[in-house]
Amino acid sequence: MIVAEQKSLEEIKALIGNADNVLVVGCGTCVTVCFAGGSREAAIMSSSLRMSSKLDGNPRNVDDVTVQRQCEWEYLDTIANQVEEVDVVLSMGCGIGVQAIAEHFPDTWVVPGLNTAFLGLPTEQGVWAERCAACGDCVLGLTGGICPIARCSKSLLNGPCGGSENGHCEIDPEVQCAWQLIYDRLESKDRLEVLMDLQTPKNWQTSRDGGPRKIVREDLRLVSEEE
Amino acid sequence: MTTKPSSNGYLVGSNLERILKAGHFAVTGELGPPQSADAEVIGKKAALLKGYCDAVNITDNQTAIVRMSSIGAGALVVQAGLEPVIQMTCRDRNRLAIQSDLLGAYALGMRNLLCLSGDHQTFGNHPSAKNVFDIDSIQQIQMVAAMRDDCIFQCGDQMKGPEPRFFVGAASAPFADPLEFRPYRLAKKVKAGADFIQSQLIYDIEAFKTFMEKVRKLGVHEETYFLAGVGPLKSPGMARYMKNNVPGILIPDEIITRMTQAGAQWAGKGKDELTKEDKRARSAAWKETGIQICIELIQQLQEIEGVAGVHIMAIEWEEAVKPIVEGAGLYPRPVVPEPTPQPA
Repeated sequence: MIVAEQKSLEEIKALIGNADNVLVVGCGTCVTVCFAGGSREAAIMSSSLRMSSKLDGNPRNVDDVTVQRQCEWEYLDTIANQVEEVDVVLSMGCGIGVQAIAEHFPDTWVVPGLNTAFLGLPTEQGVWAERCAACGDCVLGLTGGICPIARCSKSLLNGPCGGSENGHCEIDPEVQCAWQLIYDRLESKDRLEVLMDLQTPKNWQTSRDGGPRKIVREDLRLVSEEE
Repeated sequence: MTTKPSSNGYLVGSNLERILKAGHFAVTGELGPPQSADAEVIGKKAALLKGYCDAVNITDNQTAIVRMSSIGAGALVVQAGLEPVIQMTCRDRNRLAIQSDLLGAYALGMRNLLCLSGDHQTFGNHPSAKNVFDIDSIQQIQMVAAMRDDCIFQCGDQMKGPEPRFFVGAASAPFADPLEFRPYRLAKKVKAGADFIQSQLIYDIEAFKTFMEKVRKLGVHEETYFLAGVGPLKSPGMARYMKNNVPGILIPDEIITRMTQAGAQWAGKGKDELTKEDKRARSAAWKETGIQICIELIQQLQEIEGVAGVHIMAIEWEEAVKPIVEGAGLYPRPVVPEPTPQPA
């Protein structure tokens, strides 16, 4: 899932500025399951802004609504009327949600309520960790299902470096060494010989380095070429 | 690895390569560039090392702290008549920058290179910087070896003109985790094309012997020159700090005890009870012991099969190199004549 966390109320208030009418838009997908921007968080944000504005002596109208997925036009269509009526939309979606609102409602000013952090999973209640860097050329088949691009601090393909100690990365004792994990996993599967292959330089074109990415599936497109 | 020596028998013909190829026990040192544009510092440090080292490593923004570039400082070292080993990390440069910098370094007279992934930027003075890590150290080794041996860039394009010929080095951390993999990772670096290796600091000779035994079993010591890393300790505090905080450094208790005993005369006194003179005398006593330990380590390392030399890391203490090299009986440094230039 996409994992995000809320910006501070101070930062959000600065982003909203003097707007009198604010619509807080939650998202029912990833940010709901990571407790950052679902309907519950959108409602709390909405009332926090109302109370805070009142205390500041500038009461304003703040409403909230949550769509199932901010990143799809059809769900955004359901809130078109509410969006039109406000000065600012505070998106509690990930960065994709914020941009979808900006793109779908060109006349509306939208600001982010979250910092989109990473692609990851909850490792325990209340703890999320990064797992994928969306590099566009998956290497997990070489590394026993543990990603060195996302999880090694240096994204080494021929790790581990000399900074691995007691299973931890030298940058932080809280960070596991991805290459120790890879080593342990390959050893347990009796596949250590995989590590003797020299991995050649990665093609980062499929990552962000090739410019903004796009996937086109002609087999799924509805629009014909003539149009 | 397909290494193609030139017709004179050398890959590169640098002083370091000549010394190693002739079978002499090599000595390399380290010269840390300043955190400024001060050229004089380089000259002063070079003067302390000249004659005592076969080549000196010029660190590349070591510990991710901005310093004069290794190639810039390396050019000054060449002018000073000392041979540099340019350190090049993958942290700050992508494959384009690494290759173009190396073309420049070769044109400026540099002939040895140490390929490193690089300390992560969180350690340094610009922790909010973006890192690169386009390629890793093993891929860097392959890339520069191919530039030399096949005259190609990483993309496969043929070079139009003289190729940069570097004697290619790599680092080894014998005691980092996973310990069992370390000899194999060294083998990978050699397979990638590392002509010589410089290791992390060695203080635990017994542990290192075990490591070298595995290296010899893999036959790696016959395909590369292994220079064991050594460094003089300045104080028992430094020894304890490194033992506890630096990954991959083992320091036996005997060494820490020896360092502590060197300052026994001043032990048990509070900070305020020690005069400036006391502190100076204690520091001198510690340093003398640190140098003595380093000499003994070198002598023990010389006895280990597969160790082709030592890499002395006297960081910000270049004065220590002279007594260490002399004390270890490695002075004067041998001279191996340069090969006669090939007719054009």
